[in-house]
Amino acid sequence: MKKGNPVISSDHTTEGATWINDPKIRAILYQIAVLGFVGLLGYYLFSNTTENLKRQSIATGFGFLNKEASFEVGESLISYSAADPYIRALLVGALNTIKVAFVGIVLTIILGTFLGIARLSKNWLVSKLAAVYIEVMQDIPILLQLFFWYSFFYDILPSPGEALEPLSGVFMSNRGLVIAVPEWHPAYQYVAMAFVAGSIAVYFMRRWARRRQEQTGQPFPVFTLSIGIMIVLPAVTWLLAGAPLTMSVPELDGFNFKGGLNMSPEFAALLLGLVLYTAAFVAEIVRAGIQAVSKGQTEAAMAIGLKPGQVLSLVILPQALRVIIPPLTSQMLNLTKNSSLAVAIGFPDFVSVASTTINQTGQAIEGISLIMLVYLCFSLLTSLFMNWYNKKMALVER
Amino acid sequence: MVKPGKNSIQGEGLRAPVIRIGLLQWAKTNLFNGVLNSILTIATLFLLYKVVPPFVRWAFIDSLWFSSAEQCRAGSGACWSIIPANIRFIIFGFYPHELHWRPLVAMIMLVALLFYSKNRDHWRPSLGYIWIAGLSTMGILMRGGLFGLTPVDSDKWGGLPLTLMLSFFGMFAAYPLGVLLALGRRSKMPAVKTICVLYIELIRGVPLISLLFMSAVLFPLFFPEGLTVNKIIRAQAAIILFTAAYIAEVVRGGLQAITRGQYEAAESLGLNYVQKMRLIVLPQALKIVIPPTVGILISAFKDTSLVVIIALYDVLKTTKSALANPSWMGFSPEAYLFVALIYFVCCFSMSNYSRRLEKELHT
Repeated sequence: MKKGNPVISSDHTTEGATWINDPKIRAILYQIAVLGFVGLLGYYLFSNTTENLKRQSIATGFGFLNKEASFEVGESLISYSAADPYIRALLVGALNTIKVAFVGIVLTIILGTFLGIARLSKNWLVSKLAAVYIEVMQDIPILLQLFFWYSFFYDILPSPGEALEPLSGVFMSNRGLVIAVPEWHPAYQYVAMAFVAGSIAVYFMRRWARRRQEQTGQPFPVFTLSIGIMIVLPAVTWLLAGAPLTMSVPELDGFNFKGGLNMSPEFAALLLGLVLYTAAFVAEIVRAGIQAVSKGQTEAAMAIGLKPGQVLSLVILPQALRVIIPPLTSQMLNLTKNSSLAVAIGFPDFVSVASTTINQTGQAIEGISLIMLVYLCFSLLTSLFMNWYNKKMALVER
Repeated sequence: MVKPGKNSIQGEGLRAPVIRIGLLQWAKTNLFNGVLNSILTIATLFLLYKVVPPFVRWAFIDSLWFSSAEQCRAGSGACWSIIPANIRFIIFGFYPHELHWRPLVAMIMLVALLFYSKNRDHWRPSLGYIWIAGLSTMGILMRGGLFGLTPVDSDKWGGLPLTLMLSFFGMFAAYPLGVLLALGRRSKMPAVKTICVLYIELIRGVPLISLLFMSAVLFPLFFPEGLTVNKIIRAQAAIILFTAAYIAEVVRGGLQAITRGQYEAAESLGLNYVQKMRLIVLPQALKIVIPPTVGILISAFKDTSLVVIIALYDVLKTTKSALANPSWMGFSPEAYLFVALIYFVCCFSMSNYSRRLEKELHT
């Protein structure tokens, strides 16, 4: 080796540099320090807590779940009475959370998409109105909006006797929202089955059509046929079953409505608040997604001879959805998390039932862990879906 | 000397011709271009006609502004009188009546500081010290006990100052924590990374309300006997822990946007980790994420309203209490609209500013 040529090697230690300067050893030391700090903090909090619990003689463990709850829950999807155990009360709460989140998400996506498209409308009036709605709703806290709708139902709306009827079959009063729905008939069961069967048929038809197009280049009118199958099949079933048409129209009976789909004021206020608030955010996401597809894409698609429907379904939507879906899922998750504010207006969602449980049993640690666990499950499911979707939709680049 | 470029095309370039269009032409191109749009316009106008005049009549024409509750009940319009009658309680909560000037001065200081910081020419390191000094002065004003100010127990703090305090102090304390968490998440050390990822994902996965419940009932259990921490401070801690996780995610986005070359250049200069981050990476990364950070400030500001649920008297709770007074019961729309206006003005100016900033920083 020539003299004066610096020797660089990884295991070479220069004079004065000891093991403490080795980045690997340092990293281990840092990590031990951080783990030690976190561990000590955890131990400190844990020991304090156990001491405090012992001193205040608060029971620990999840044994309370099997004890009698002895409180009523305002509304429930499954049968429940005060004699049932806590675990069933919590289940009722969780189901109520899922109910409001599910209905809320469906309505939010519909309203948000509508608003997002309205925001992009060439009609000045419509676009400006949508802009004002989006800005105002985003800038007012959701809790305030929930309080507003709650007081709207209880303070402003009249008693069921003079209920408002904004649309025929929809009644609003201080007892909640009642909507006329078709009366239950065995035929609907078959209609639903026909719909499911149609959907499965459409799924296989799409796969077949895709394969055929890849092999032969022959397109197949999938969309028209799918719509046809999914509408015609249930419709024919309905007709064959004798076309039941009776509606369950709400009627005033004493102090409240009878029949129809009845929503309590708490549920209606929560749903209204969540949907109107989240739809503003969804509208912005939809707008951004549509704008992200450049005009050249539309023009290019038209230039190669695609029909307007094909331009939308083959070129614009796949690209727009790639931008829209990730933030949309996080908004849906936000809606689910915000539904926990139900506790402030007295709708028995999971948090509200859990907080009653905490008040009765005094077992705050278990109660709050349950709340966190349930919401973490929702988040985890959402992020699993997101990862799956991102992998499926990721651009395959050369 | 000839003034350059006054008339020359090269100097100034040709301006696009100004097209003047009349109102009618404007309406035609923007409202009535095509059958569908015309129908849409007419339908929207009809809807507005149905909604706006009755609202204006209720809110302005038939409304009462400085009357008693009894007069309100006789009238048919909005009863804005609930606001002036309860304004001091709504704004200041249970703060001693004769000392209201102190939170008022603190709020004015905050607004002045915000306006001062708005100008990007003032963004120097000294601005940080100005903020620290300002926030401490505000704290002293609220708390008292120094310079001959009567001490006011923090149980009595409430209303708008509480809302502002929870959001701004929360933001300031959460920011360094969030930056640390983001750096930890990007770290190559597995233990550090795991802890940071767990913390961030855990906090982002649960609603703020569960953390607030935790601050209300669990925090007292965490500390040894005899050490009691005030309820407001506990809620503040919960908000800080919550906001930090969101800031961490925003800062991580900024860190990811810095190219590898910057890290490598810093390392080849012989800078150590702290120097590399402090002098090279963070200044660039944090600049990129200024607009989304304002977004987090806005949501933190809105989220402070959740402390209502653990019975702290922020501006929403004081309004609710004013409404619980039997004589003013039933005028909730007016009161809520007033609070909504406060929130709207604050959030709207912040989001407007963030949008402008985004534009300025991009060019």
